[in-house]
Amino acid sequence: MKIHEYQAKDFFTQYSIPVAEGIVCRDVDSCLEAYRNLFSEVVVIKAQVHTGGRGKAGGVKIAKSPQEVRQHAEAILGMDIKGFKVDRVMVAQGVNIASEYYLSFVIDRNSRSVVLIMSREGGMDIEEVAATAPEKIIKIAIDPLIGIPEFLARKAAFMLFDSFDVVRQAVPLIQNLYKLFTETDASLAEINPLVVTKEGKLIAIDGKMNFDDNALYRQPEVEALFEPDEEEKREQEAKSKGFSYVHLKGKIGCMVNGAGLAMATMDMIKLYGGEPANFLDIGGSSNPNKVIEAMKLLTSDPEVNVVLINIFGGITRCDDVARGLIEAFKYLKTDIPVVIRLTGTNEAEGRELLKGTSFHSAQTMSMAISKSVELSKNRGNK
Amino acid sequence: MSILINKDTRLVVQGITGRDGGFHAAKMAEYGTNVVAGTSPGKGGQHALGIPVFNSVADAVNQEGANTSVIFVPAPFVKDAIMEAADSGVSLIICITEGVPTLDVVEAKRYADLKGVSLIGPNCPGLISPGKSLVGIMPGNIFKEGSTGVISRSGTLTYEVVHNLTIGGIGQSTAIGVGGDPVVGLYYLELLIMFENDPETDSIVLIGEIGGDAEEQAAQYIKDHVTKPVAAFIAGVTAPAGKRMGHAGAIISSGTGTAKEKTDAFAKAGVPIASEPAQIPDLLRSRR
Repeated sequence: MKIHEYQAKDFFTQYSIPVAEGIVCRDVDSCLEAYRNLFSEVVVIKAQVHTGGRGKAGGVKIAKSPQEVRQHAEAILGMDIKGFKVDRVMVAQGVNIASEYYLSFVIDRNSRSVVLIMSREGGMDIEEVAATAPEKIIKIAIDPLIGIPEFLARKAAFMLFDSFDVVRQAVPLIQNLYKLFTETDASLAEINPLVVTKEGKLIAIDGKMNFDDNALYRQPEVEALFEPDEEEKREQEAKSKGFSYVHLKGKIGCMVNGAGLAMATMDMIKLYGGEPANFLDIGGSSNPNKVIEAMKLLTSDPEVNVVLINIFGGITRCDDVARGLIEAFKYLKTDIPVVIRLTGTNEAEGRELLKGTSFHSAQTMSMAISKSVELSKNRGNK
Repeated sequence: MSILINKDTRLVVQGITGRDGGFHAAKMAEYGTNVVAGTSPGKGGQHALGIPVFNSVADAVNQEGANTSVIFVPAPFVKDAIMEAADSGVSLIICITEGVPTLDVVEAKRYADLKGVSLIGPNCPGLISPGKSLVGIMPGNIFKEGSTGVISRSGTLTYEVVHNLTIGGIGQSTAIGVGGDPVVGLYYLELLIMFENDPETDSIVLIGEIGGDAEEQAAQYIKDHVTKPVAAFIAGVTAPAGKRMGHAGAIISSGTGTAKEKTDAFAKAGVPIASEPAQIPDLLRSRR
């Protein structure tokens, strides 16, 4: 789950991490008022959207007068950045930057731990630095049973900063950011850039946090910040029914049990010349209600002209799955052709049950997929 | 032989009195697994499905000689369950539960490492050494005794592949689902080493998917160290960037973790890649 920069900075402040002061505004007048209240001649107006690359898109501008604040606020509010509409901006105090750094904590799959990542290449896209100059990136894996004792924070800070005065400020910052990371079940807590000002102060200029979806049940304060876009709302609704769903742009709706098999089904549709309309993992069981809900979800997409049901019957036997499907389709009225492929335990019995129904039943995955692609193309030509 | 589990496996089921734990305990016992105990704090002394229930994993180890644990407890209790098992004297822990907070896994895995105990999962289907032992939720009847090792991040996709192997006459030594989360226990590298060293495994199937770079590392390792033939399949060629495809770990982030990077890595390592699961038996045969 993602949150906005200003929300990440609110968390930073709660954990005593110094940030450039800023005010969130939803209209131009509030921006002007914020400018007056910040007592800073120079301010930065920053779009608050759930995506990176705001600067490149023109969503971050420096203003030095009320006129410039108005001009930039008008331009940025309502702007579209990578499909995200800007409905609020942050007006933040300008800072006299002496030097910029990168500092983050992230979950690392390989070391199976939280990793502290630092670089003197602050303000840059860190993935780009990692790709072009990996020697400029410092990584320290954190032992979860020990966390970050002071000596470790000091060791890290000395690797990043030359001045002992800055190191002294960095030690609690590193410890507090780790505390914030673990206490909120984050998957990323990033300060980029972290700057040393001309006055010698260490300040977070930008902040980004992502959170572990699996842990939201115990993070009500984080969950309250969830702002789903249209796609995410659809995914969320599917999730509440026990499905895992991702919308795509093709015409063949897929209903599959299991995430890996669902991905493989999409890939094979593409391989056979068709276009998958979605990823949908309906999980285990042959419950007819689940099939009904899944069909409703698939057919609510006007692009879908064929539905492919690919079920591996393991613990749930194929004859039970077939009975569930037949039962479900008693309640579903649709003229969209449905291709069904059942494999696994009792598959012959399952297919026998589907004989004489309106389903197109196929024996193998490739037969089911070529049939779906053929039907989809024929319907597309009408 | 096989890896990790066999006829000597003595299994304790953590959460045996729950719905899933009970259902699968019965299925595992039916397959022939030595299910020697279950745990459910406060229900020690009772029996579930004729299997003795204990208050703790340590009791199950001391009284029934359990050496392997399988976990079915709900996600909020998984961290404690893994740590309890790691502290009890079992040598292998398999966690089936999905939806476990990542930081819980990070901590529990570290504790298991300290205790010298191996962890598989969470969010995995478990593993099977056909004809010997089944630990987890895999459908035993689709497997066949044989000598191909299978490693996968997925559940039903593994069954699809195994089904194709079995009807193609290729049996399996051990098949393992390592789990679909970003942080899990045993992974490709550890398991490739075990299969390479297992005298009864003569070939390996590796089933990967988008997210992370474990497949790339596995490809490099295979090139450098694995003498047995390997065939691979990667799911998620059509997955859009930035979206989680069901598994928490199946996500292309910042442009990395794509299927193409993974298939390129295998191609470079000389590992043949199937474009659909049904091709895997032929790919293996051509290499054996």
